[in-house]
Amino acid sequence: MNHQKIDLGIKQIMDQTKPKRKVLKNAFFAFLIGGFICLLAQIIIEIFKQWFEEDIAKNISVTVMVFLGALCTGLGIYDRIGQIAGAGTIIPLTGFSNSMTSCALESKSEGIFLGIVTNMFKLAGSVIVVGVVSAFFVGSIVYLFRVLL
Amino acid sequence: MKVGKSSFTFDSVYLKETSVVTGPKEAKGPLHSYFDESYSDLHCNESSWEKAEIKMYQRSIEIALKKASLKQNDIDVFVSGDLNNQIVIGTYALRNQQANYLGIFNACASSMEGFIVASNLIQANNAQYVMVTVSSHNATAERQFRYPTEYGGQKPESLTSTVTAACSAILCKDKTKIKITRATIGQVVDYDQKDAQDMGRAMAPAAYNTLKTHFDDFKITPEDYDYIFTGDLSQLGKDLLIQIMKEKGYNLNHYDDCGVMIYDRSFQQVSSGGSGCGCLPSVAYSYVLDQMKKKELKKVLLVATGALHNPMILAQKESIPVIAHAICLEVVE
Repeated sequence: MNHQKIDLGIKQIMDQTKPKRKVLKNAFFAFLIGGFICLLAQIIIEIFKQWFEEDIAKNISVTVMVFLGALCTGLGIYDRIGQIAGAGTIIPLTGFSNSMTSCALESKSEGIFLGIVTNMFKLAGSVIVVGVVSAFFVGSIVYLFRVLL
Repeated sequence: MKVGKSSFTFDSVYLKETSVVTGPKEAKGPLHSYFDESYSDLHCNESSWEKAEIKMYQRSIEIALKKASLKQNDIDVFVSGDLNNQIVIGTYALRNQQANYLGIFNACASSMEGFIVASNLIQANNAQYVMVTVSSHNATAERQFRYPTEYGGQKPESLTSTVTAACSAILCKDKTKIKITRATIGQVVDYDQKDAQDMGRAMAPAAYNTLKTHFDDFKITPEDYDYIFTGDLSQLGKDLLIQIMKEKGYNLNHYDDCGVMIYDRSFQQVSSGGSGCGCLPSVAYSYVLDQMKKKELKKVLLVATGALHNPMILAQKESIPVIAHAICLEVVE
């Protein structure tokens, strides 16, 4: 069944008119909004450094950012910002929070176990798998260097 | 009667009544005054989106029956299609209703597929009244085909937004003002498009294929129609279809796409336009029929287009097969 009759003239028009993504504009807004989210996290660290050690202040900042990401998702704001920011809202920790919260909200109608618990990591799971696997390889390389040098 | 390779003519099939029930976004669009009913909330006071879609579906049948002054048991066959897995909306809406039921699926082309099935049943004297109902719901379709609704990923310009609408049409043998005269069954074509976020353009070759078959079978040109409407190609797909048709020697002067018409993209966030089972009928059963009843349009061709993939097979690096079916409506003088 591989002898499909397709009109090459049409295929050519389709290839020629393929819409191009606005890479420069997207990159600019991703940098601006993504940078702003990171700045916000840094400000939180600086504030909490007044009362806690730096490591604890960082952990608090992480918690606050995850909370803010989840809150904005629940309020229906995060996807609107994401439409402008693109990678700028997916890459930071708030994006991770958004991917989990949005999946949880979406599957609420299927109940706690079959819905929320099962589907919460549907999108975020890939981040964890890639994170763990790359940490293993990077860790191995660093270990080898230390042993060899 | 069969005409050419893929077409039929009908001489005793009429359109009795239609109904359009939409969601909130469509109600803010330019055609809102033509709809029978609109819900102000996507949940329609139900606990899940699927249940909301079932409610809209049932409501659309109720309204159509009421407008036609018919009872449910007057309908010989219900032909139904939607976008949910295993087309559950129609079956759940009609369970325990003692309704003779035919479930169909051609994705967003289901509405005109339903018309073809229904018209043949009536033409063959196998049914007096046939109800064709299709529905699509933005949230049920998005969660099934794309991402969770609140996910913050960026939507490209080519993306279409699923129309929330349940639309019913009652086809009958009794003479009415609108007659169904011609139909063309489409073929599944595949131009190796793999981007599920660019479905309007992927479906344009199917629309071309069906239009060309239709014109060839009946030996006519696009000028034979007052207006031609495609289902849900959206702005990018519409532009592409016009370009393909021009290349092949057809000029589409009186042509528009329902996905473009249903929303006002200047203030509604719908990227390239609308899509879904409910896209063509929500425009055709409301605005287009209104124009026909006013005799502004006397002969129109409705071409519903559908993308026949699912996310699982796309993840296996397969491309998107597409289809289009055409139905001609004429005003009876």
